[in-house]
Amino acid sequence: MAKNYSSTQNISSGIDWLVVAVYLILVSIGILCIFMVEYKPNTDVLATFINGKTNYSKQLIFAGVCLIAAIFILLTDSKIYTAFANLSYTFGIILMLATFVVGKSINGSKSWIPIGGGFNLQPAELCKIFTALALAKYLSRQETDFSKLKSQLIGGALALAPAILSVLQNETGLALVYLSFFIVMYREGLPPGLLIFGFSFGALVIATLIVDPNTLALTLTAIAILTIYFVRKQLKRNKQLLYLIIVLWALSVGIQRFAVPYIFNNVFQCYQSTRIYSMVGKDYDCSKNHHHSNSSKANYKPPRKPDDYNVRQSKIAIGSGGIFGKGFLKGTQTRGKYVPEQHTDFIFTSLGEAFGLVGSLLFLLIYLFLLFRIVIIAERQRSTFSRVYAYSVASILFFHIVVNVCMTIGLFPIIGIPLPLISYGGSSLLTFTILIFIMLRLDADRQMVLR
Amino acid sequence: MPAFNQSRSRVIQIVFAIVFIIIAAQLTNLQVFSKKYKLQAENNAIYRKVIYPDRGIIFDRKKRSLLENSIMFDLVVTPAETRGIDTLAICNLLDIDTAEYKRRMRDIIFKNTSVRPSVFEPLLSQELYARLNENMYKFPGFELSERSVRSYPFHIGANFLGYTAEVNPAFLAKHKDEGYEMGDYTGMTGLERTYEKVLMGQRGIKRYIKDNRSRIQGPYENGLFDTAAVAGKNLYLSLDAQLQALGEKLMTNKVGSIVAIDPNTGGILCMVSAPSYDPNYLTGSERSKHFNKLYKDPRLPLLNRAIYTTYSPGSTFKTVVGIVGLSEGVIDERFSIVCNGAFWGCGNGRPKCLDKGTFNLTSAIAHSDNTYFATVYKRILDQQRYGGADSALKVFNSYAYTFGLGHRLGIDLPGEQPGNIPVSAYYRKIFGKNWNSCNIISNAIGQGEVSTTVLQLANVMATIANKGWYYTPHMVDSIEGNEFDDLLNRFKEKHITDSNIPDTVYEAVQNGMQGVMEYGTGAAAQVPGIVVCGKTGTVQNFYHGIAQKDHAFFGAFAPRNHPKIAIAVLCENAGFGAQSAAPIASLMIEQYLKDSISEPDRKLKVDEIAKLNLIPARMKAEMNRLDSIKLKREEEEQNRQNIQEQLLDSTATETTEAILPNGIEQPFQTIPHQPIPQKKQSVTLVALLMPEHKKKKTFQFNG
Repeated sequence: MAKNYSSTQNISSGIDWLVVAVYLILVSIGILCIFMVEYKPNTDVLATFINGKTNYSKQLIFAGVCLIAAIFILLTDSKIYTAFANLSYTFGIILMLATFVVGKSINGSKSWIPIGGGFNLQPAELCKIFTALALAKYLSRQETDFSKLKSQLIGGALALAPAILSVLQNETGLALVYLSFFIVMYREGLPPGLLIFGFSFGALVIATLIVDPNTLALTLTAIAILTIYFVRKQLKRNKQLLYLIIVLWALSVGIQRFAVPYIFNNVFQCYQSTRIYSMVGKDYDCSKNHHHSNSSKANYKPPRKPDDYNVRQSKIAIGSGGIFGKGFLKGTQTRGKYVPEQHTDFIFTSLGEAFGLVGSLLFLLIYLFLLFRIVIIAERQRSTFSRVYAYSVASILFFHIVVNVCMTIGLFPIIGIPLPLISYGGSSLLTFTILIFIMLRLDADRQMVLR
Repeated sequence: MPAFNQSRSRVIQIVFAIVFIIIAAQLTNLQVFSKKYKLQAENNAIYRKVIYPDRGIIFDRKKRSLLENSIMFDLVVTPAETRGIDTLAICNLLDIDTAEYKRRMRDIIFKNTSVRPSVFEPLLSQELYARLNENMYKFPGFELSERSVRSYPFHIGANFLGYTAEVNPAFLAKHKDEGYEMGDYTGMTGLERTYEKVLMGQRGIKRYIKDNRSRIQGPYENGLFDTAAVAGKNLYLSLDAQLQALGEKLMTNKVGSIVAIDPNTGGILCMVSAPSYDPNYLTGSERSKHFNKLYKDPRLPLLNRAIYTTYSPGSTFKTVVGIVGLSEGVIDERFSIVCNGAFWGCGNGRPKCLDKGTFNLTSAIAHSDNTYFATVYKRILDQQRYGGADSALKVFNSYAYTFGLGHRLGIDLPGEQPGNIPVSAYYRKIFGKNWNSCNIISNAIGQGEVSTTVLQLANVMATIANKGWYYTPHMVDSIEGNEFDDLLNRFKEKHITDSNIPDTVYEAVQNGMQGVMEYGTGAAAQVPGIVVCGKTGTVQNFYHGIAQKDHAFFGAFAPRNHPKIAIAVLCENAGFGAQSAAPIASLMIEQYLKDSISEPDRKLKVDEIAKLNLIPARMKAEMNRLDSIKLKREEEEQNRQNIQEQLLDSTATETTEAILPNGIEQPFQTIPHQPIPQKKQSVTLVALLMPEHKKKKTFQFNG
């Protein structure tokens, strides 16, 4: 505990300045990106930056607030995070439940709590931090043996409880983020087969909805053949492996060709199928639905084409950037406001248009560097609590980055989740700041064993 | 504790890396290999604005501008920005009702969306502009936008300058790849049309960034890719504006035309077509109204009679017959003939001649003796060596062609007519294959099937003046810069009639033409102090088969030595050529050679001729008829309104309920016969627009 005493004397000791630097760089890039989106020629740039009326000037203020919060976190004692982990998680869950009572509906999801002064709090956002702490607390308990199924189920329940509440709030995007905790649990001993199976199944169902059935069947067959080719040496020794592959292949194609269509057409009601399809940006043809065709054929209206305006404009903006981009403030699509929600969820498009492939890759490399750095930080912790927490931070960041970027380049259905540290928005920026700086605080005390 | 899971950190890092590589691959695909996004982005976001250059100016030979560009204003509206304006106020200013306002707005929004500016009222009058300008601040969304229009400081040259007008869909379809857009202006007639490419200049394109609602955000790339508009090139004509003005003055209240050519260059010195109109009449806000009026005028002022209408050349053609006779050797300069009142070579005493006596070539031209030229023409066609009239006529025609007759000369104006030099195939159809010279003897004196434009006749005069060569007559002497010089190359090519014709042949003809002025039919047209060679012509003509008063023709060149001007004048239905056409030519020659008409008696002559009204009777009648129809229609309209007013007054005094059924029916019962001349009139108009030069082929006589 003498260590603890000295660290409060000098907050800078043991801080991983590299992460702090990357954090500052990303926040700056974010403000510049918002500036690119909102820029109007013939205005006094400096004045608009400090007047607090434009979004980039607001983001600048948010960044200032976050910096204060960061310093405050660095000044705290690491032990309070272990001490209040469970309590904060309980508080978060209560907040999320409270939305069902006092919640305010914004953009169709009743996941906000008005806190006065025009500000709204989204508990699901905060709950990411609490869940990370709670999961770290649970896994770092001496009595927890994560190789046991019971522990794995409890860990999974901790991670998924806020996610389920989030889905009930009609905020699917944030709910998906909680899936990232499975990466952490994998690191802590969750059997890989379970993860692989789970993700494969999810991917297969989504792929069934998005991809043309025949193309998908061919792709699956190709994957099976390639797998057999790569493991051909093991096959000689182990015939069962071949059977396994064939059974898996048959199962996948079966699910894809028959099970999923059957469930969507015969088990689900028309509106349910439509909702699930629209979640992946597709349109469900209700005339195929069993329930529907039984009821009223006369009232049937042909489905409207799915509105892919957002992703089309997003792809145009990024695609028109070319290799080197159009240059800072020269993006025509950005200037013309063609991409909706460009300052929040589609902020990556402004970067892609202005700086092209080179800029985009450099930007992604900064992220990748941050993720790798966090993994390194995680692995150097002496206490399980800090390690699990650091992995949570890496996983949440990773999930956000990948889903957001894939969404803008048309690899993922549109789900409204922000790009960490870049997208406009105070609560998102604050959440990630707290996430990262708690990790840095814990890392500064990495010699200490926290439970 | 779970240190055994440490290898999994590696797996997690690899998963991170793989996912990032997938993203990088898709980015590469989008940004490097998919070209369509660049194109779509451009279509999305770049607005191309066409910048119209100034149209080229047209100058005369002394660098006086015949037309200029002046600024007029269009009232332009962006419907989306007009919310909340006082509609009634702007309607009052424009003198339209709100229904009309709404109709125009609807049309504009339908054609050009509500976020882009469209013309609400084009080419405002000065007064309206002033009224609107001081009230503009009240009407956001409306603005006054400049437009360059033509103005004509000398008020001359309408017929050859032509006009510009908005392109129509047919024009756009025809000129698909030339970059015209709906709403553009293009030269429709005259020089504006021929030299459209020269005058229009090169359009510039400015690129702007537009936003998702097509609003302009600012220049694209600071104008890096913009192209500047290049102003149209100026045209320098060989025309003399003063001469043109005098010509137009002399031709007031006459129907016909004047063409003067500089024989040394082929440059047109003046081209008058009468009646004409002030070219300023067809610019500005009332253009379409004025155009309609001109279009319906029975005198056809929109017609360029100098090149479009063809006439029998009459006696002026005798000069050509004489030259062909001399060079074919069927006569010589001493050959003479006695005329005792008629030509008896074909046994029927036709054509007749006015002056009895003995004539050689010179005096035959001077006195315009029909018998002499009928004899010459008959001899040419009867030559044994060609073995028949067919081939002999071919020989004669080949001479005629070298004088620029029977085909388009190729002047740089649209709508030139070729005239007609009849060929044997035509006569075979009428007279059978054994036709002979007597069948077509009236051609000898420029009647019959021979027809020429006034331009061609002026060119014949220039050819005789030059003793056997001419340059293609042309309006444009030079073009600013040298980009378009190849357009003018064909005017630098000398056309030689026949190098075998010796100068003495032309001397003989010129002698005769000088004689015309000194003691012959054109004595009235002498120019003091200048040796003029001329030839009168009086042309019988028919309109719808009815004989009309003769056309007066006069061709001349001066001075005889080193000629500087060749001229042809035609006054339709003006009677004997010496009374109108000849003095006009003489005044024109004097003006051109002396630069002014200074003698008081000559000035008096100018006014006298200008006052002379020679509008053909049938046109006068037609004009009167149209006027009376208009008058009658106005009367009837007034009548109708009176009746309606009376009716309204009467219904107002009684209870509306009881009278209503009657009140509705009554107007229809009490209205007098609806004016029906509408239909009748359109029939007449069509007839009037038919070419005038259709003449019956009959044997005609003239003096």
